[in-house]
Amino acid sequence: MNKFETFTGIAAPMPLVNIDTDMIIPKQFLKTIKRSGLGVHAFDEMRYDRQGNEVPDFVLNKPQYRDTSILIAGDNFGCGSSREHAPWALADFGIKVVVSTSFADIFFNNCFKNGMLPIVLPQEQVDLLMSDAEKGENARMTVDLETQQITTSDGEVITFDVDPFRKHCLLNGLDDIGLTLEKADSIQSFEAKAAQERPWV
Amino acid sequence: MSPKTLYDKIWDAHVAHEAEDGTCLLYIDRHLVHEVTSPQAFEGLRMAGRKVHAPDKTIAVPDHNVPTTAGRDDPEQMPEDSRIQVAALDTNAREFGVHYYPVSDIRQGIVHIVGPENGWTLPGMTVVCGDSHTATHGAFGSLAHGIGTSEVEHVLATQTLIQKKSKNMKVEITGTLAPGVTAKDVVLTIIGETGTGGGTGYVIEYCGEAIRNLSMEGRMTICNMAIEGGARAGLIAPDETTFDYVKGRTHAPKGAQWEAAVNWWKTLYSDDDAHWDKVVTIRGEDIAPTVTWGTSPEDALPITATVPAPEDFSGGKVEAAKRALDYMGLTPGMKLTDIEIDTVFIGSCTNGRIEDLRAAAEVVKGKKIKDGMRAMVVPGSGLVRAQAEEEGLAEIFTSAGFEWRLAGCSMCLAMNPDQLSEGERCASTSNRNFEGRQGFKGRTHLVSPAMAAAAAVTGKLTDVREL
Repeated sequence: MNKFETFTGIAAPMPLVNIDTDMIIPKQFLKTIKRSGLGVHAFDEMRYDRQGNEVPDFVLNKPQYRDTSILIAGDNFGCGSSREHAPWALADFGIKVVVSTSFADIFFNNCFKNGMLPIVLPQEQVDLLMSDAEKGENARMTVDLETQQITTSDGEVITFDVDPFRKHCLLNGLDDIGLTLEKADSIQSFEAKAAQERPWV
Repeated sequence: MSPKTLYDKIWDAHVAHEAEDGTCLLYIDRHLVHEVTSPQAFEGLRMAGRKVHAPDKTIAVPDHNVPTTAGRDDPEQMPEDSRIQVAALDTNAREFGVHYYPVSDIRQGIVHIVGPENGWTLPGMTVVCGDSHTATHGAFGSLAHGIGTSEVEHVLATQTLIQKKSKNMKVEITGTLAPGVTAKDVVLTIIGETGTGGGTGYVIEYCGEAIRNLSMEGRMTICNMAIEGGARAGLIAPDETTFDYVKGRTHAPKGAQWEAAVNWWKTLYSDDDAHWDKVVTIRGEDIAPTVTWGTSPEDALPITATVPAPEDFSGGKVEAAKRALDYMGLTPGMKLTDIEIDTVFIGSCTNGRIEDLRAAAEVVKGKKIKDGMRAMVVPGSGLVRAQAEEEGLAEIFTSAGFEWRLAGCSMCLAMNPDQLSEGERCASTSNRNFEGRQGFKGRTHLVSPAMAAAAAVTGKLTDVREL
């Protein structure tokens, strides 16, 4: 996994609440056996009409938001299906950070596995970032994971919380499986004990 | 010892390693696998030269993509991309040596129906699957939740998950349910009350007399939709109903092991003075047959209600309600029972079990579906299908004008050819009414099997108590 590095990018406003993973990547694009190439289908049914033409009103189709790397989203972003195709599609589009007041658990978790950072902030700070994002391409925000800070285009600094273990993994681009296999002894002794206590499993 | 919830007890019994910051490696007893969220995980193993750590605890079955029409053993029936995905599961299951039910096996079906039916799911276990409706298995008092594909690969390689503990939430349904009110109505009512984000960060335990009196099928319907309320997992403490269901199933323990297992399972309940971070209580008597009007499962109302207006809401929900009304083609103030339906889908991991088919058949027995109605019953597994045929339910459905299909996820998420066309309106026993879920611009109303059957007969959303 690539290391998560400090970057400055365009933020797009998506104030709709309960944006679900069916909206982020509809099911017809789940029939892939690869992780890559889904960016062109991100938000497909909002982004294109039935003939495949871009819907001009959709935020990511507007000229000033085509290179978005930060989404400022409404409450409960990523609810619904566990499909990791949702963060795959966002990452492939170029999204590195999503900010909301809340995320669905599985989506939140899936982001970290793909080098993406979901940030939870209180309503008033999300509102502030939303207004900043609405300014368009001149509104470039900077996200610094090391110091846990977002800097708005006006120079306002907002700090955010992140789980220390997940931060460590993102900053260093660590592979979870490799880390877990270092604890193979613990897994083995658990299995031996469980086989005694619950042999029917 | 400090008092514990059921969740605390199962969690404690499965921690293989705990780091100083509280990050745990949780041991996984059962890993269910389907064709859509696993190909990239198996590919990851292959590229790293890794094996499946515990193939005996891993069960694979194709369900999301498979056609539900006759002759589907012929791969030519599937579009190419679906065929590739099903073929990949076939190859991966055989190559990595996991348990496998191919399309041609009568035990094939929706992964969350197959697990319990064959005795893979047992009380006190940890169960995961790359599918959010894994919450279903919580009905047995097992800690079960959906995971992403990276985690599927992690479980395949290590039989563990990196986890931090969730908070404890109790949802109590007191008293008794009125006639005509089912588990589906209960869970839709709960989500209507708590919202789709109300359970985020929690594991929910459902309890109370009304829950206790539900069959295992009903309990699975409740836990299945825990995720629609935001909770990764729902739990119901195991009891005699659970043990009766599990006993004798193929992979359930036998003889002395059965006795030992039941003895442990009987300790799996929340202690009286356990700590709850959040509590919701609903009177069973207050629950009516419930339907959804919008595009989120939280948009649930009693069938006797009217379509709400955006002004009835606050915050971001005002805009969301406007969008939902427009998408659904509904006008505020109209009666829910005036909404005309052209499609009925009975099936899914929420309501594709034998009891669901019995409830629907009871409503349609001796009746015909409305002219022009497209109605289908998709049993949750080949075994459910066979049992329904033996009980004469299939005959009731086909005589009434329903299509009688083969097992699979079907129109719940419309990854196979079973889809809504633009503007079609469906009374569906599935779990999600999201935009486009059942087909591009298709409109979904979530209902119980009995209510779906009633809508098929009348052509409108209908209060089954009045039919």
